[in-house]
Amino acid sequence: MSQFTPSTVERRLLMDRSVPGRRSVRMPAPDVPRAPLPAESMLRKDLQLPELSELEIVRYFTLLSQLNFSIDTNFYPLGSCTMKYNPKLNDEMASLPGMAEIHPHQPDSSVQGALRLMYELQEVLGEITGLPCVCLSPLAGAQGEYAGLLVARGYHRYKRDGDRKVALIPDSAHGTNPASASMAGFEVVTVPSDRQGNVDVEALKKLADRRTAVFMLTLPSTVGLFEPRILEITRAIHEAGGLVYADGANLNALLGLTRLGDLGFDIAHSNLHKTFSTPHGGGGPGAGPVLVKAELADFLPTPVVARVDNEYRLVAPKNSVGRLSGFHGSFGILVRAYTYIRMMGLEGMRQISENAIINANYVQSKLKADYDLPFGGRYSMHEVVFSARRQKAVGVSALDVAKRLIDHGVHPPTMYFPLIVPEALMVEPTETETKETLDGFIEVMKKIAREAEEKPEVLKSAPHDTPNTRLDEASAARKPYLRWQRNGAAAPAQP
Amino acid sequence: MTTASGNPSRAPASFSPYIPNTDSDRAAMLAEIGVEQFEDLIQDIPSEKRFPKLRLRPAAAELDLVAEIAKMAAQDQHAGEYACFLGAGAYRHFIPAVIKRLVYRGEFATSYTPYQPEVAQGTLQTAFEFQTMVALLLGMEVANAGMYDGPTAFAEGALMACRVTRRGKLAALATVSRRLLEVVRAYTQPQGINIEVLSDGETEVRGDVAALLIQSPNGLGVIEDMARWSKAAHSSGALAVASVNPTSMALFKSPGECDVDIATAEGQALGVSPSFGGPYVGLFGCKGEHVRQMPGRIVGRTTDNRGNVGYVLTLQTREQHIRRERATSNICTSTQLIGLSVTAYLATMGKHGLREVAELCYHKAHYAAEQIYRIPGYSLPVPGAFFHEFVVGCPVKPRSINERLLERGIIGGLDVSDRVENGMLLCVTEMNPKEQIDSLVSALREIGAGLR
Repeated sequence: MSQFTPSTVERRLLMDRSVPGRRSVRMPAPDVPRAPLPAESMLRKDLQLPELSELEIVRYFTLLSQLNFSIDTNFYPLGSCTMKYNPKLNDEMASLPGMAEIHPHQPDSSVQGALRLMYELQEVLGEITGLPCVCLSPLAGAQGEYAGLLVARGYHRYKRDGDRKVALIPDSAHGTNPASASMAGFEVVTVPSDRQGNVDVEALKKLADRRTAVFMLTLPSTVGLFEPRILEITRAIHEAGGLVYADGANLNALLGLTRLGDLGFDIAHSNLHKTFSTPHGGGGPGAGPVLVKAELADFLPTPVVARVDNEYRLVAPKNSVGRLSGFHGSFGILVRAYTYIRMMGLEGMRQISENAIINANYVQSKLKADYDLPFGGRYSMHEVVFSARRQKAVGVSALDVAKRLIDHGVHPPTMYFPLIVPEALMVEPTETETKETLDGFIEVMKKIAREAEEKPEVLKSAPHDTPNTRLDEASAARKPYLRWQRNGAAAPAQP
Repeated sequence: MTTASGNPSRAPASFSPYIPNTDSDRAAMLAEIGVEQFEDLIQDIPSEKRFPKLRLRPAAAELDLVAEIAKMAAQDQHAGEYACFLGAGAYRHFIPAVIKRLVYRGEFATSYTPYQPEVAQGTLQTAFEFQTMVALLLGMEVANAGMYDGPTAFAEGALMACRVTRRGKLAALATVSRRLLEVVRAYTQPQGINIEVLSDGETEVRGDVAALLIQSPNGLGVIEDMARWSKAAHSSGALAVASVNPTSMALFKSPGECDVDIATAEGQALGVSPSFGGPYVGLFGCKGEHVRQMPGRIVGRTTDNRGNVGYVLTLQTREQHIRRERATSNICTSTQLIGLSVTAYLATMGKHGLREVAELCYHKAHYAAEQIYRIPGYSLPVPGAFFHEFVVGCPVKPRSINERLLERGIIGGLDVSDRVENGMLLCVTEMNPKEQIDSLVSALREIGAGLR
């Protein structure tokens, strides 16, 4: 990163680089007779797009790429995102012509290889989670949540138990949980956490009643802790007639150690881009398969892959909640996850979670003297949440700590989440990092804790060597400037 | 040569190439943590539920796995070996080599949502470029950083129209593809929003409707008069929400020119492989006045504390991580990497290249239509101007035609016989050379003759 300083980076936009007459692709002339174009009134007069040579494009995007931190270039302990190494093999398998060049409308008989891969992925995800019926189609974690909630809704309606309108959601939950619940037509009721960071089970029991459709729980929780009373929780919801939903965002902590289905969960989604190593892509594409126990299989979204007479087929479940996207899911992502699971195999599953948990607890142990642990030093699962409240007392925020990490080439942890921890810094090292990398990170964090006491100004002005220093987000929201304008003219969006 | 000692690809399974901790690393770390064994760290997991016996295959060696997956892939009949005339939401187009090279750069592919803008300017500036290109392409004032895919973008557009107008009903043209409407339903029905499909000849939109849903080219390939439909929507106080084909935008009028309020498209046609249906990216643009009701990530330009221009995620108070159950959507992604493909594709094709692609598609599809029309027993039953997709009326069920085409190395069109008697929706792009079209035509002729 240090080779760039703001003044040397040429960041003009594509349209400002455009020179009339430059081309970077030559299309062949038509090999068929030209047909007359339709009436002028239907046609577009002008389409503004850039005119550039190929090298200009390559250099521009390559330069932009170098303005990013990424797993390939930096330690990236972004909590709850599971920024583990993304094996290159996965990408290669997804680009095989038999995977990348098949059309989603092809007849099932012509895509047996792809369907078999999907079928096997359904099977292994079901086996790993103990929720055997799987639909791979949701295109992201949030869509997986939505799918799972629709399954819950469909199930209660089928049972003529349609008054169950409430989704219970812990106050520590990710924002997509309540957002998905309200899109699925549920009323959201928040469940408090107790002082140890667990679900307040007594409060939950009071809230669970005949209006409860579903309880959504992230396990381990968003503070990186396993709910010690999980069996009591799932039982209480079932006794009230509700279903229990697992947000699988933190599944990286559970592989081979326990199974959601065995703990009493009825529905879950899994973020393949987290647990199963597919690239995060700067913010997608992901994949969020939804997994359910056998009793709920008929409600899954369309399609799922079934094996009928030794042939794999795309089918619609009997009481399906419908089609949530154009086709059968992020197939390219499914190929990557499948490849990863096969590479790790039976032995590897448990190794992933064991090492993720050891790494997180190692960081916790080494830094517990320097940063507060909000829940009194319980062992963490795959991630550890620190609170910078001690630093805050001397005027340095979690944000300042995070920004200072950038100066040391480390991507900041997740900040200010979960909302129940003040000045939260959520560190998820993952199992793919070496002890040496963790030791380097620990050293930097200790140094920053000292700086907070001794020279806080260096934290507040961080980062120092990045292409941009701290950016003015308030004015960006006040005066939205959302696209290129000729001569840098003012943005059109001024609601 | 190591063959004497057995199969060298059967690596000992005690290590994984993706997990670096050695036994001694683990021992040292457990000692630092202060526990004797790993299991001490997971005492919160009920002991009777610990360490399930999983039925999974053992770890594979890369060398073996590559061969196995390649064998699976080889079972698929793909467009590299077969002539493919399928479209209907996913399209095969030429992708210049530079696109994949740029997209696979680890700095793009292995980063995440740009919550820390100082170390994500590459992602953010690319997203700003994407918003610019999408807005230009759709002729809209603003665009977001990307949705999951075209159909979900359309569905979110319908929900957005309900928020803008504070109305709870939708109307759709009868020509919108069934699949597209299915997705809209899955997004709207749970919230009690119903869709009324306009009957043939109906041109008025009722006064309690939030939006008129338009697809152009429509589910049967025909270009809709979007301007007329926008006017009809607006005269009832409804919004016009459109789903368009992005390649057609280089030739036909954009939604913006037709006064459409919310425009969406499946971005896959712009530099992304069909890949059996995903991952794709949804394009989403709207009029500037509605920007605060727009779903999805939005990147804005701003300055840093040294006065340099930079980019940040903006208008985040619309989003789930702040507004939770009152967010405009639950979406938590921009499908950024596929958006990058689209951006790099549009930059590479440029102003003239995209127009050339669109014209090639247009001429080839019209050539194919004209040839097929001349075959006895086949017809073009759906009137109206089209771009690169059109319905062929077949002498028998399209399904049986397709089976016979496949035997001849041709992947035929989509069966739309639920809408048009024996209808098959064919798509022709620049990827179908004249010889392929000619062999499709002679195959159809042969199959038709064989039936009589």
